[in-house]
Amino acid sequence: MLLLDIKNLTIELETADGLVRAVDRVSLSLREGETRGLVGESGSGKSLIAKAIVGVLNRRWQVTADRFHWLGKDLLRLSSEQRRQIIGRDIAMIYQEPSRSLDPTAVIGEQLEEAIPDHLLNGPWWRRRALRRKKAIGLLHKVGVREHQRVLQSYPYQLSEGICQKVMIAMAIAKNPKLLIADEPTTALESTTQAQLFRLLASFNQLKGMSVLLISHELESVARYTQKLSVLYCGQLVEAGETRQLLHAPLHPYTDALIKSVPEFQPDLAAKTPLYALPGSIPTLQHVPIGCRLGPRCPNARKECVKTPALERQQNHYFSCHFPLTTKGS
Amino acid sequence: MSDLLEVQALGKMYSKQRGWFGRQHITALENISFTLAEGKTLAVVGETGSGKSTLAKLLVGIEKPDSGHILLAGKPVQISHYKKYNHVIRFIFQDAGRSLNPSQKIGQMLEDVLCFSTVLDQQQRRVKIGQTLKLLGLLDEHAEYYPHMFSGGQLQRVALARALILDPKLLILDEALTALDPTLRAQIVNLLLELQQKSGLAYLLISNQLRLVRHISDSILVLHQGHAVDYGTTAAVFAAPAHEYTRKLINSSGV
Repeated sequence: MLLLDIKNLTIELETADGLVRAVDRVSLSLREGETRGLVGESGSGKSLIAKAIVGVLNRRWQVTADRFHWLGKDLLRLSSEQRRQIIGRDIAMIYQEPSRSLDPTAVIGEQLEEAIPDHLLNGPWWRRRALRRKKAIGLLHKVGVREHQRVLQSYPYQLSEGICQKVMIAMAIAKNPKLLIADEPTTALESTTQAQLFRLLASFNQLKGMSVLLISHELESVARYTQKLSVLYCGQLVEAGETRQLLHAPLHPYTDALIKSVPEFQPDLAAKTPLYALPGSIPTLQHVPIGCRLGPRCPNARKECVKTPALERQQNHYFSCHFPLTTKGS
Repeated sequence: MSDLLEVQALGKMYSKQRGWFGRQHITALENISFTLAEGKTLAVVGETGSGKSTLAKLLVGIEKPDSGHILLAGKPVQISHYKKYNHVIRFIFQDAGRSLNPSQKIGQMLEDVLCFSTVLDQQQRRVKIGQTLKLLGLLDEHAEYYPHMFSGGQLQRVALARALILDPKLLILDEALTALDPTLRAQIVNLLLELQQKSGLAYLLISNQLRLVRHISDSILVLHQGHAVDYGTTAAVFAAPAHEYTRKLINSSGV
């Protein structure tokens, strides 16, 4: 069943120089129990999309979409209260820098207990307090924090970044959400903790059927833990499909470059040889090229590329390019 | 040929007040030895608190070691005489955008470096700045730019320019590649490799990304709680890690 169904999402910002289109007609869908990765470089609009889904963008951003459905209901046509109710019940999000997004003036225990909704505590009102504490401890155990007593009494600055992120996950899963959006959950962490966290997210996905939208700029880690993958470049969706298929036979030159630039996917590459890199750098949002935004950097750009390519489909594999790479190596 | 840099039994201890009279000692580094030849890359990996950054600080003389010696080209040196050695070893910080002065033009910043550390006159300085910018794929006009006018990858190049303008022998990259986007990172990696081949620069790369480390480093030093638990050529360490911690690290990154 389709959980999230977004078609042609456009996010624009009003600036002094006119409208800036930060996200340009991106489609995204998510089934129940699916893990989807959203990959793109900084400024490609990944976080904007996540924020648009949970509705926390401020009024300067204009969000329009042909379809923005959550479980069959169009979120953009609901009043903000109704929308907040649905999102508050079903969607949880964890952020990039956990120690910054936790409240520095309250102990972890307080913040975690606050995140537990009332309807999950069944007991008479005078036992609520104890039940809440018990549930909070249970949540910490679930995310793999053993010394719950110390953590509950600590302030965020007293804990390591990894533990803070685990607390964030505990807060996110407190209400048993249907969808968990993880916005670069591991950038601030070390590699051993990173692996732990990804395994944790994967286990919640498998045990509880929770869908996960994993946003990251590191293709290699996302690829290992997701079933589906969407690749963004500069606010445009360039390719989407099954992760394995996409990595094996990318159709879009950008995806191809992304895969080739990571040494991990190139086992035959001799050490200390140059990596494959696209020339140029990511354009700023004020000066995006017309048509396909990869245009000036693309190795096989031609005249037609000044028109924005439509999203085409090959079985379960979507791509938007006039000249897709047909077979690998050609 | 003697090695460019040799470190013998380096140690560093921090002490902090504990109670009224007691002091608590924290060993940040203990008995670290390694060598680095010209044109080679040594990678230092380890988790936070393993002493990676302390090692970098000792090598550039921000901190003084408590024990051990640092040898440059076979001669023991007091590295904290930075006037004397800062053109040999240069340091690049993690976040280029935050380590550059936002109110200073790039050209001015590079000129300051030359003013402090060289005897070049104004004309020579200008030529040198132009050469360095060109070496890193930047234009002469960029000297008139402020840091906020650059994109992330260009900023990293500017940081590299500031380091390379004194023609150093050794460059210390403290997580300088971590925060970059994949395609940009590939560009910078290519640039670093090219510079190494052209001018025989040695790198000390502090990083957590084992895949990258495996690709660009010649030897690797694994630190764990201030101790060197593994040291050898990259291929050898990856093929047969000697310590449990190294094994865990390699497994977790799936190399």
